[in-house]
Parts: sequence; C-alpha cells; structure tokens
Amino acid sequence: MTSATPTADVPPPPPRTDAPSAISGRAIRPGDRIFLGLSRGSGIALLVIMGAITAFLTYRSVIAISGDHANFFTTFDWNATGTEPKFGIAVLAFGTVVSSLIAMVIAVPVAVGIALFISHYAPRKLASPLGYVIDLLAAVPSIIYGLWGALFLVPHLTGLYSWLDDYLGWTGIFRYGDGAARSLFTVGILLAIMILPIVTSVSREVFLQVPRMHEEAALALGATRWEVIRMSVLPFGRSGIISASMLGLGRALGETMAVATVLSPSFLIGASLLDPGGGTFAQNIASKFNEADEFGRDALIASGLVLFVITLLVNGAARLIIARRKEYSGAAS
Amino acid sequence: MSDVMTDRRPRAEHPGGTPLPVSLRQARLPRWTPAALALVSAALGTGIGLVGGLDSRIQWGLIAALLFIGGTFALAAGVEGARQAKDRLATSLVWIAFLLAVVPLASLLWETVARGTTVLDGFFLSHSMGTLPDALPGGGIYHAIIGTLEQVGLATLIAAPLGLLTAVYLVEYGRGRLAKVVTFFVDVMTGIPSIVAGLFILSVWILILGFGPSGFAGSMALAILMMPVVVRSTEEMLKLVPNELREASLALGVPKWRTILKVVLPTSIGGITTGVMLAIARITGETAPVLLLVWGAKTINGNPFEGAQQSLPLYVFQQWQQGSDASYDRAWSAALVLIAFVMILNLVARGIARWKAPKTGR
Repeated sequence: MTSATPTADVPPPPPRTDAPSAISGRAIRPGDRIFLGLSRGSGIALLVIMGAITAFLTYRSVIAISGDHANFFTTFDWNATGTEPKFGIAVLAFGTVVSSLIAMVIAVPVAVGIALFISHYAPRKLASPLGYVIDLLAAVPSIIYGLWGALFLVPHLTGLYSWLDDYLGWTGIFRYGDGAARSLFTVGILLAIMILPIVTSVSREVFLQVPRMHEEAALALGATRWEVIRMSVLPFGRSGIISASMLGLGRALGETMAVATVLSPSFLIGASLLDPGGGTFAQNIASKFNEADEFGRDALIASGLVLFVITLLVNGAARLIIARRKEYSGAAS
Repeated sequence: MSDVMTDRRPRAEHPGGTPLPVSLRQARLPRWTPAALALVSAALGTGIGLVGGLDSRIQWGLIAALLFIGGTFALAAGVEGARQAKDRLATSLVWIAFLLAVVPLASLLWETVARGTTVLDGFFLSHSMGTLPDALPGGGIYHAIIGTLEQVGLATLIAAPLGLLTAVYLVEYGRGRLAKVVTFFVDVMTGIPSIVAGLFILSVWILILGFGPSGFAGSMALAILMMPVVVRSTEEMLKLVPNELREASLALGVPKWRTILKVVLPTSIGGITTGVMLAIARITGETAPVLLLVWGAKTINGNPFEGAQQSLPLYVFQQWQQGSDASYDRAWSAALVLIAFVMILNLVARGIARWKAPKTGR
C-alpha cells in the first residue's frame, strides 16, 4: 500500500528531500529496522527461554537419574541424600494424577453449572457482577487457599469423612481412620475449589457466544429452558468446556503451595483416599527442598521435569481443541 | 429431541384424535414453590443434622440439597409432567452448583478478613520479624512487603517490555513460520507450573552459575511466569485497534515504527495497562519460585541482588509452618494484606480497562 505509484493526472508532488525513498517503499528506514529487530528479538528470546528451560532441566535430570540407585519410575521412596540415593516418582505420579482427577470430577460439573447459572439462569442484574466476582476470585493467590484449606477446611471435613467411612467404607477407597483429614481427597476438594473460577470463567465466555438464533429457535419450538440448554447451548459449548477443563487440570497438576500446606505426605500408596499420605510432584519439591543438598536438588529437578512434560501435554491438548474449534466455528458462521 | 416428541399432552391439531383439551395452558406450580421448598428442606436438613448428631455442617447442607432436588422433582413430575420436572431438576441443580461454589469461596474471604484483622495494625506493617522467636506474638511484615515490591517490580521491568514487544511483533509484523511458532510457545508457556519456572532458574542461576539466593533470582522466575500473560493480553488489545487508524497513519507517510508508537500503542494503552496489572497481580501471589530462589529472611534486606529476602506469600507459608497461635495470626494478617493488594490491583486494572476501552466507533 505504501508503494502505490502516482497516476498520470495527478500533478507530481512538490520536490522533497526524502521523497524518493519514501515512495519506492524498498528502502527500509533505520527506525523501522531497529523496531522490527527489537520486537522480533523479544519473540526469539521467548523461544530461547522455552528451549533453555527444557535443556537445563533435562541436563540436571540426567545427572540425577544416572546417580539414582533405584528405578526412577517405580520406586516408592525419596531418599536423595547419602552415598546410595534411592528415589522414584511412583507415589508422586499417583498422587498428582489422583488428586487432580478428584478435583476435575468435582469442579467441572459445578463450574459448568455456575457458568450456566450466570449465562442463562441468574437475573440479568445479578449476572454481570457475578461474572466479575468470579474473575476476581481467580486471582486469589494459591497460598491463601492453602492457609484456608489447612486451618479451616481440614477440621471441617473430619465429620464428612467418618460419615463416608460408615456408609462407603466397605469399598476400601473411602475407609477413614481417626486423625486430621490431610489426605489426597482433601487436596482434591481444595484443588477443585481453586480451579472453579478459571473453569467457570472460560465456560461462561463460550456459553455467551452461543448464537442467539439457536436458542430462540429451540424456544419457538416449545422447548423448556433445560431443553434449550441441552439442544443448543451444550453442543455448541462442548469443546469450550473440554478446553476449560484441561486448563483447570493444568493448574491442578502444577499447584504447589495449597497441596504442601494441606497434605501430610508419605511415600506409600494406600487403598484409601481419605487417610493421610501420598504426595504430588510440586508438593514434594516444596517440602523436600530445604533439606536437599546439591544432588538432592537435582533429583527434585528431575521430578519437576516429569511434571513439566505432563503439563505441557495437557495444555497442548487443550490448545489443540481450542484451535480446532476456532476453525470449525469460523467455517460455520 | 426425543423428549420433545414424547409429549403426553393431547394435541389440538391431531386429526381425528383426542378431543381438544379444555385449556391450552398446562398446570403450573405456583411461583413461590421453589422458595418454599428450599426453606422446608433447609429446615429438615438442620433438623436431621441436629437429631442425628452429625458434626459437619457440610453434611447438613448436603442433606438439605438432596431433599430440595428430590422434592422439586417429585412435585413437578406430579403436577406439571415429565418435561417440566426435568427442567426444574436442571434449574435446581444449577442453583445448587452455584451455592456449592459460593459457600467455600465466601468462607475463604470471610475467614481471611475475620482472622486477618486480629494483629493487623501500624506496628505490624512497619516492623520486620528481626530476632523475635516465632512462637511469641509481635513482629511484622515490613521486610516481606519490601521484598515483594522489589521482586515484583524487577520481574515487571524484565517481563513487561519483552512481552509488549513480542505482542507487537506478533500483531504488527508476524506473518511467517516464526510468528506461528512464537504464538504456540506463548500458549505453552502460559501453562508452565510456577514451581517448574523456579526449578529452571535454580538449575541455571544457583546450581550452574553458582550465585546465592536473592530477590533477583526470584524475579527472573516470576518474569518467566509473567511474560506469556502480558503477551496474550497485549496481543488481544492490539488486535482491537481498527486497521483504518494504521492505514490512515501510513498513508500520511508516517514510518511504521512511529505508527506503532504514536497511533497503535496509545489507542490500546488502557487495555495494555490492564493486562500488565493483572499479570502483576498474578505473580504477586506466587510462592513456589520464591521459596526455591529467595529463601525468606527474617530481617529487612533492601538489596534484591544480594542475599535472601522475604516476600508476602512466602511469609504466609513460613508463619503457617511455625505452627504456633501467634504465627497463625501473623499468617492470616499477611494473607489479608496480600489478598487486599491483589484485589486492589485487579479492581484498578479493570477500572482502567472500562475507562480507557478503545472506541470502536459504535
């Protein structure tokens, strides 16, 4: 556009000193070159940082895993000091996956419910402040959830747990002895509360984008509000809900402080989810860091690398779903 | 679809079928039914909880919720028919999901405010822990506030320009493969757990380069967490700038870089500020990288480049770890200060967004 040549009827512009270079469009001004260089440089810097994260974590992990006197993936222990360090991520992987799954099972239906409430059920005057408050809650730091979880939630869950033990204890999963409720299940509940705002706010965005015509068509056919939601809102929002849940899952997997304050860790995998014990990658790093020597830190870095890879896979999958949806909705509308 | 078809109401237009119903209007429950049912089930839940001697209020709530759902469904199924009953079931489930979420979140805020105000005063804000034993009352968070401000400030100084320029590149210049790759990795970077960012700086800065813990090490990790957030939000804002503005400026012969600096960025400055402030709010609450890299000091250390520092979230964690009543009080009060700081940042940022929203001409 900048290189448009003047047509014949237009009188030639008055001669200016810098006119030729401005009109030809080939010569790039030094200012432009510097600015392009700076902005492209920052983009490249971002890539370099990502590459460096992968490279350095892998490098330190190789040191750690080659010094491990036990199988890194199947060992139920974390003893990274001394002459014969033995450590493995089996318990951490189990705890991370189980607590995040519990969080998902609790949080996703509730979050979809709240999102529907805000987008379709709440009185109009209430809806937009509510969305605002949910966004604000997404900003509450995780350490505060941890503090609240440890000092308020844990004491209030013992009653529920003994009740679960009375009626569902026979399954083995819900067996509960006495003691503080500092278990993987509590962690799951706390993580669910923590990821609720983010899952809600993404799902709400998607629900608000449902074409008005779809809903009105369903209403015109005599559908009840629930039928409108089931037939037009949920099918439209399905991929949005999936990607919102995956984003929530990514957060739950990497959450550190809330787990570190609530869980009472151990390196055993028990059948019961309600009894204290277990651990997660991030929690283990935070609680073992202070006592670790240099090799111990390498060992923790190795477990961090596993966590990094897992979250990359989950987030990558979420992004792929979102990207596919963009193409799809772009073609449809 | 099948639910719509299996409507049991007689149809007026059905040829030679059932006679016309007397009224086209279906029997409906009175409008106050849900409210009345909610009251009744709340009362029943409390009653059962009291009689059965259940300790946990959570159980009372669960019983009341189940009673409400069951009651509404049964009543609606009897009076209004299956479709309406399903609709009411969905409505009550959605309401319960909402209440279920409000209860813990409200409790979180309430507990923080109620327990946080016990030792929060001018002394608490203006003194450090010094040599005070952890079990004793007293002490304060002055050193933590200084540490947080310095670390977050440094992180912003690193991340905001880099993030802004990256976003400018993606929106104004990026066409080729590089732009696609950068976009993808910005997404990936958004999902990095904070502790992994901490481990990365730990491995490079402390384990390989041999530096000690410092506020600056923490800010580097925080900058890694902040950068993708800034890029994302700035990108969205730059995309909102109408193309006509750019074209008008370019048509006047203004160089592209001046167009970006003088036209594009000023137009979207409100949204960009909001994005940066939200990113600041996010990293202010990060504990894990600070735990690994800054370590936490008890005394005032104003130099972020040398020696351990303190930060508010880490202070909360360490006071919680001490496990005495006095330290719990301090933890809650510091948590309240932290939450207030984050919330104020959020509110101001969103205020700016509303006030400075780009005028799209409508």
